[in-house]
Amino acid sequence: MCTRNVMMMGLITILSVGILWSSEAADPHDRMDGYGLGRPATDLDVQHWNIDVAPTGEGLPPGRGTAKQGAPIFATKCASCHGPTGQEGPMDRLVGGAGTLGSQKPVKTIGSYWPYATTLYDYVYRAMPFPAPQSLSSDEVYSVVAWLLYQNGIIAEDTILDAHSLPGIRMPNHNGFVPDPRPDVPRN
Amino acid sequence: MKNSLQKEKRDEPRDEADTEKTALVNRRSLLAGTAGIVSAIVMRSVTRSAEAAMPVAPDDPTRVPGAAPTAYGQRSTFEQSVRVPRSWWASLTPLQDSHGILTPSALHFERHHNGVPVIHPEHHRLMIHGLVAQPWAFTMDDLKRFPATSRLAFIECSGNSAIEWKALTGQTVQQTHGLTSTSEWTGVALKTVLQEVGVKPDASWMLAEGSDAAAMTRSLPLALLIEEALLCYAQNGEPLRPEQGYPLRLLLPGWEGNTCIKWLRRLKFGTAPFMTREETSQYTDLMPDGTARQFTMVMEAKSVITSPSGGQRVQPGFIDIRGLAWSGRGRIAQVEVSTDGGRSWQQAVLQDPILPKCHTRFCLPWRWNGEDVILQSRCLDETGYVQPSRAALLAVRGVNSVYHYNAIQSWKIAADGQVSNVHA
Repeated sequence: MCTRNVMMMGLITILSVGILWSSEAADPHDRMDGYGLGRPATDLDVQHWNIDVAPTGEGLPPGRGTAKQGAPIFATKCASCHGPTGQEGPMDRLVGGAGTLGSQKPVKTIGSYWPYATTLYDYVYRAMPFPAPQSLSSDEVYSVVAWLLYQNGIIAEDTILDAHSLPGIRMPNHNGFVPDPRPDVPRN
Repeated sequence: MKNSLQKEKRDEPRDEADTEKTALVNRRSLLAGTAGIVSAIVMRSVTRSAEAAMPVAPDDPTRVPGAAPTAYGQRSTFEQSVRVPRSWWASLTPLQDSHGILTPSALHFERHHNGVPVIHPEHHRLMIHGLVAQPWAFTMDDLKRFPATSRLAFIECSGNSAIEWKALTGQTVQQTHGLTSTSEWTGVALKTVLQEVGVKPDASWMLAEGSDAAAMTRSLPLALLIEEALLCYAQNGEPLRPEQGYPLRLLLPGWEGNTCIKWLRRLKFGTAPFMTREETSQYTDLMPDGTARQFTMVMEAKSVITSPSGGQRVQPGFIDIRGLAWSGRGRIAQVEVSTDGGRSWQQAVLQDPILPKCHTRFCLPWRWNGEDVILQSRCLDETGYVQPSRAALLAVRGVNSVYHYNAIQSWKIAADGQVSNVHA
């Protein structure tokens, strides 16, 4: 009996320590009801940084441009990296490559690969020209985007791009993307 | 060093599909502007490190008083291991010289999209807006006042080993696998900050944006990241290095490195991906049928023998084969090593600590008899995923997907002891 009592006491002690331990393991931070840190962002803060453009066109600013207007801008500000027609490099090739994605030598360009025209506005404004990002006016961005789409045979030379027309442009590879199916490689 | 850099550039494949564009650092064609300047800086710093004077050690250091304490310590000047530039927007960790699982902050690989910005921490803000109760802004001091949390995690560029898809290209393990590193990361859990801000229930995608000259952006599925995401301000016990996102970066353990947005300035919540350039034309994986996989976030299990590895020369006799294994899905469960080109496999020893989503060190004692051999390692993670052979990987993915190359790496030891990269 004595031994059994000692064993019971031992078991109770172990259980109690376990309970105490688990209650100690609960993070007291979890009981905090907010920390009162930070401050509301002002409209100006949001306006200044809210530069993304979604496929719906949300985020596109006022302004407009055509390929004709874009040609001299591209020649001055883009051609030194992308080539006079957007195909020569040395940096990313922007034009051509239609029908090559499933071939041995795919050529991924705006025309052959990019699924959304709105991404072009977002990226050209955000990150180009490489030495002076976010320096183009909205008219200049619309114009350069128009020139690139025209070179890829997606719009006409006189098509006016603006916040209304750009999201409506359907890119040739719009349906070319699939979700991640991995793991996809069978075991050796 | 200068010669090897130039050689590396010549050897890199010039290919439209390689969006990491290693080959594009064709110096003749960098006509003007930032590109040429950055390239020149890289060349200069490489030259300088190669010329660093070797110290003079006294014959008997017990007879000469040593140096005084220093304000910020430096490694021994006898140690010369350095990152090597892969291009002017990436540098590679010298895995062949690494010990244990941690990467020194100064050797953590780099990948940036328009250089490393200089950001004053007192001026830096993180803005959170979109589908939230109210747009909110945090200073760095605010973020550091939140409860802090630390964890170890690897970050691997999804383009790590991309140079191996089409052809044998890398000569050393630094060149083939150097776009992965492991650090201790400290910051505040994203979940904690979002509770403070109040994200609306219909928010399902988060746009993260950097404050660099690329204003680098990725759309990220909130439900999949929320449990582990960290807003990090420290790495290995000190503030982030500038090239790792100082003063603030996102950490998404196990996901491709580019999603861990550096110099983080903005989080915007919405109901759909924002379809930035990075997740449409850039970090997508082209398959042989011409479709491309999108939002391929997880870095699958991968291992590599770091010693003996390409470019080294070994002597017959005892060799402790050493390497690293890691998985974006969790812990490494097992590593096997083959010394006969994959015909037979032996279980390697895993060294503590074995942590989820971290480099894990493995080793296997071996005696080399001086004959031609091919060494390989393959890992198994806790989900049961096995690192594939090169043949099995290419059979499914072809050679044009650029990213997520995680095939078994083969090193050949020739009879003269020279180790080289082979596709076995």
